[in-house]
Amino acid sequence: MGLLSLTILIPAFGALVIAFLDRGDAVPKIVALVTSLAAFAASLAILGPFQMGEPGLQLTESLTWIPAIGASISLAVDGTSLALILLTTFLTPLIIIASWDSITDRVRGYLAAFLLLESAVLGVFAATDLLLFYVFFEVSLVPMYLIIGIWGGAARKAAAIKFFLYTLLGGLLMLVAILYLFSQTGSFAYADMLALELSVTEQRWLFAAFLIAFAVKVPLFPVHTWLPDAHTEAPTGGSVFLAGVLLKLGTFGLLRYALPFFPDATVEFAPWLLAISVVGILYGAVVALMQSDIKKLIAYSSVSHMGFVVLGTFALTTTATSASVVQMVNHGLSTGALFLLIGFLYERRHTRQIAAFGGLAKRIPMMAGLWLVVSLSSLALPGLNGFVGEFPILLGTFQTNRTAAVFATFGAILAALYLLWAYQRMFHGPLEGADNENTSDLKPREIGVLVPLVVVIVAIGLYPKPLYDLVEPSVDRVLAEVGVEGLIPGDGLAEPEGGDQ
Amino acid sequence: MALTLLAAEGSGLTNEVIDATTGIIGIAWLIPVLPLLGFLAVLALTKTLGDRAATIAIAVSGVIFALSIAVAVQVLADPATYVRPMPTWIAVGGFEVAFDLYIDQLTAVMLLVVTGVGFLIHIYSVGYMHGDSRYARFFAYLNLFLASMLILVLGANLLTLFLGWELVGLSSYLLIGFWFEKREYAVAAKKAFITNRVGDVSFMIAMFLAFAVVGSLDLLEVNASSLDGTTAFVLVLLLLGGAAAKSAQIPLYVWLPDAMAGPTPVSALIHAATMVTAGVYLTVRMSPVLIQSVGAMTIIAWVGALTALMAALIAVRQDDLKKILAYSTVSQLGFMFIGVGTGAFREGIFHLVTHAFFKGLLFLAAGSVMHAMNNETNVWRMGGLRKVMPITFVTSGIGWLAISGIPPFAGFFSKDQILTEAYLHGFGGVYLVGLVAAILTAFYMSRWFFLIFLGTPRHGGEIHPHESPRSMTVPLIVLAALSAVGGLALNPVHTGPLYTFLEPSVAPIAELGFEPAGPLTEAVLIPIAIVAALFGIGLAYLAYVRRDVSVGAMAEPVRGIGAELLERKFFVDEFYEAVFVRAGGQLARAITWFDSRVIDGAVVGSGVASLATGRWGRRLQSGLLRGYIGWMVIGALAVLGVLIVQVVS
Repeated sequence: MGLLSLTILIPAFGALVIAFLDRGDAVPKIVALVTSLAAFAASLAILGPFQMGEPGLQLTESLTWIPAIGASISLAVDGTSLALILLTTFLTPLIIIASWDSITDRVRGYLAAFLLLESAVLGVFAATDLLLFYVFFEVSLVPMYLIIGIWGGAARKAAAIKFFLYTLLGGLLMLVAILYLFSQTGSFAYADMLALELSVTEQRWLFAAFLIAFAVKVPLFPVHTWLPDAHTEAPTGGSVFLAGVLLKLGTFGLLRYALPFFPDATVEFAPWLLAISVVGILYGAVVALMQSDIKKLIAYSSVSHMGFVVLGTFALTTTATSASVVQMVNHGLSTGALFLLIGFLYERRHTRQIAAFGGLAKRIPMMAGLWLVVSLSSLALPGLNGFVGEFPILLGTFQTNRTAAVFATFGAILAALYLLWAYQRMFHGPLEGADNENTSDLKPREIGVLVPLVVVIVAIGLYPKPLYDLVEPSVDRVLAEVGVEGLIPGDGLAEPEGGDQ
Repeated sequence: MALTLLAAEGSGLTNEVIDATTGIIGIAWLIPVLPLLGFLAVLALTKTLGDRAATIAIAVSGVIFALSIAVAVQVLADPATYVRPMPTWIAVGGFEVAFDLYIDQLTAVMLLVVTGVGFLIHIYSVGYMHGDSRYARFFAYLNLFLASMLILVLGANLLTLFLGWELVGLSSYLLIGFWFEKREYAVAAKKAFITNRVGDVSFMIAMFLAFAVVGSLDLLEVNASSLDGTTAFVLVLLLLGGAAAKSAQIPLYVWLPDAMAGPTPVSALIHAATMVTAGVYLTVRMSPVLIQSVGAMTIIAWVGALTALMAALIAVRQDDLKKILAYSTVSQLGFMFIGVGTGAFREGIFHLVTHAFFKGLLFLAAGSVMHAMNNETNVWRMGGLRKVMPITFVTSGIGWLAISGIPPFAGFFSKDQILTEAYLHGFGGVYLVGLVAAILTAFYMSRWFFLIFLGTPRHGGEIHPHESPRSMTVPLIVLAALSAVGGLALNPVHTGPLYTFLEPSVAPIAELGFEPAGPLTEAVLIPIAIVAALFGIGLAYLAYVRRDVSVGAMAEPVRGIGAELLERKFFVDEFYEAVFVRAGGQLARAITWFDSRVIDGAVVGSGVASLATGRWGRRLQSGLLRGYIGWMVIGALAVLGVLIVQVVS
């Protein structure tokens, strides 16, 4: 068994073990933690045989699945998918530790659902057979649906259904497109579909189908409204996984499938997608500003931040598009950490209304300090991880579309505004009211969950080079498929005008 | 190496470029790294060591001052632009920046100012912050600030400079909001950060443009590039946008007066002597780009002149001793930008240095007064302090004369040289506005000085003012000495030592073809400046010493709508509040309403919700897994259908 299948199967195996364990919550928790750590270790081991600098898919594993239709269980990774696999396996153990005491109802089910979810998502990142990819993509919906619907807040049912139907309907369009591609090639293999020559008209329709499926996942404006509801109702672990990993299925899908499969359509639609991304960046930020529920605020900030990722993806330059992948990881870390903090605060106060808090920095300095660091990372302060993704995205976008880059940059003001305004209202000012005075600071277990995240946030912020070295070759491969070989820096030198386009 | 030499040639900068990894330049990276470690160490050790942890930060500030002196000596002995290669920061797709250091004469001057004043203010804070519940944390933040500011002045490319630029913004945020329990202090901290973000956006776009046309963000390469007129104009204005926020110029100066919420040593170090001069440093650093657009330079000069005038007018009728100094700082920064915009780059830096001395001094003196007066800040409730605080009185007096432009004190030389150059470079209007601002400066600073120290006490009997402890008075005396002789020592005549020293690090302006604005020569302009200063002081003497001011603010000699306009600061804050906070807030509310009613409403209302509330939805709700399997079956059937089609056709 190869390392990839091992990494994917370990969590599923853990879920199986938990399902057969007797009553009692302690043992399943330990099993879940050990399994998720084992999956993390397995994914780290992938870095051993992985050839850095090699642009193609590698470490291929293949098993016959349904020979009649040419579907196989084939797995492989490139730098992009490996970065996202590592993000997933890094976050999952932290989520399990964070949920240690906060989930008391049907603990085994919760843990099993999470491990299944992890397996499904890892499968999405590693699959190189479109049918297998689709199955993983759709299967990942079920545990997330259950996590929101069973362990969520008061309005969890409606939020879960909205989440489920929204993404499922998007996914169905993609299924149709996949089947069309299959009808042309007679195979579900990624390489076969990539080799397909499609007319521009075909490309447009198929691109649109893939785009809708992935846009819902990202989520891109204007199909984003399931996200705030899902986040608000999901339990902490669910929110972390949703923001940290699940949203990336959309941006990953765009980069892996929509761009290289439909290069002409990609180039044709790119300006529109840049425009939608910019609208999403600013729109998400403005709506975030007005939220009174801190979790909803961060949910809308995700709409804004993921807008940057899509912007960089469709800027179609090595710099911007590679930075998009880096920013997928960064968003997972920063927003994941913010949702963890919100969860820890919620466990203490049972409210997420910003107005209920105030002056907490005096009472809980540890949480206040970490909250500030993570907020600064999210608002892209240089020295922390968000900046080393956001800045090259904008710089690279500026090379192809100055207007989009300039407007997107204004998102930086809004991000500082909604994050620091929320911080000020919650942590600064006088410490008033018994609830605020009695809020307790982080426990060692909670600090243990946050510290690894903050360490990685700082490490990437100061030394993102290994991450860029990992993803850049794979991004270059995709851009070569699209037919734009990345722009040479300093291209604008020949331009007579400096102002705008 | 060959490339960098070539780059230096194109810029008009006459320094030789030397890649250096040995000697004092080789270890210059310690200068920003030590205070960064100091910051982390103090935070980590506060729990175990308590207030004693602050000692680490103070020691670090002294060590890096010594290192900076060594670096300056090296540059003085062997003038060159030293580039210290450091590890790569970001490298992707042809975009590459490293943490390289850039050390030339301008860097040396900035290093000395930042670490020198920084060291003094660490010492001063020992007395000033004594007894504060977060004493050690204050020193940690001061070290973070020093690290950030030193990254800013040492960075060899615009992005590393921007790293420092943003981190000084963070330090400023943390220190303005140091006493965050007071809501208005926290609001001031946030306002500073957000206003600076507006400038940051401008700065970032400047970098995008520079990279698009030059293909690099290295200072050497950007400065060596020859740009077309439009690009140069736009690039300089974008840099000005960044500089105007950090250095509190129109229209982005509004955060600085509010920043006085921070502890007074912070006001002295960050919001007077060092951080706020970053915009001046940036524009002078980019002087080879600036001189490619005289149009943009003219705009810089006018922004500086109008800021100098407007802030000086506001300062005339403020009553808070720190607010007066804050508007004074805005105004003095305006003078520095007059220098930058009129091509008097070195005069601008000279004023930056003397201002660090005398404004640092005046703020520390203000802190000493507040310390003595139970944190009273209204100058109308002071008076007569000369008797009880002799050291603070004398040192303040030197600061007052220095900023007013009385020879031989430091401010006279630097301010006069800026105004003279403005005139001689043909900026007659800018010169006149600057001259009026100079008269106002002498007036409002005399008012400040007279109301605090002269006359009879106007404070209540429950306050017993006293001289401050030695850790506070020693820095006052050092800065007073520098304010007294700093100008004379550094650049007593126009082409003095500092001017000559800085020459290789700024762009030559000979080719810009500036002509004098009129027939006056320096021999006439200098007496005019002195008369102007004496006139301002004389007016203040008549208004606040000769007249009876024992009735407090009622004693203001001029009342009416003009005075009201100054007291209310031209209603700029109210205007911004109306436009950005209220109108912007309403727009944001409208968009949020649109999101929940229209976007969510349309999608959910017509589509998903009808499903969810209809029969299908109920089925899904009752057993979603079953429903999902149903979908999978549909999918499988579709696969089957395609298969059949394949087989048949």
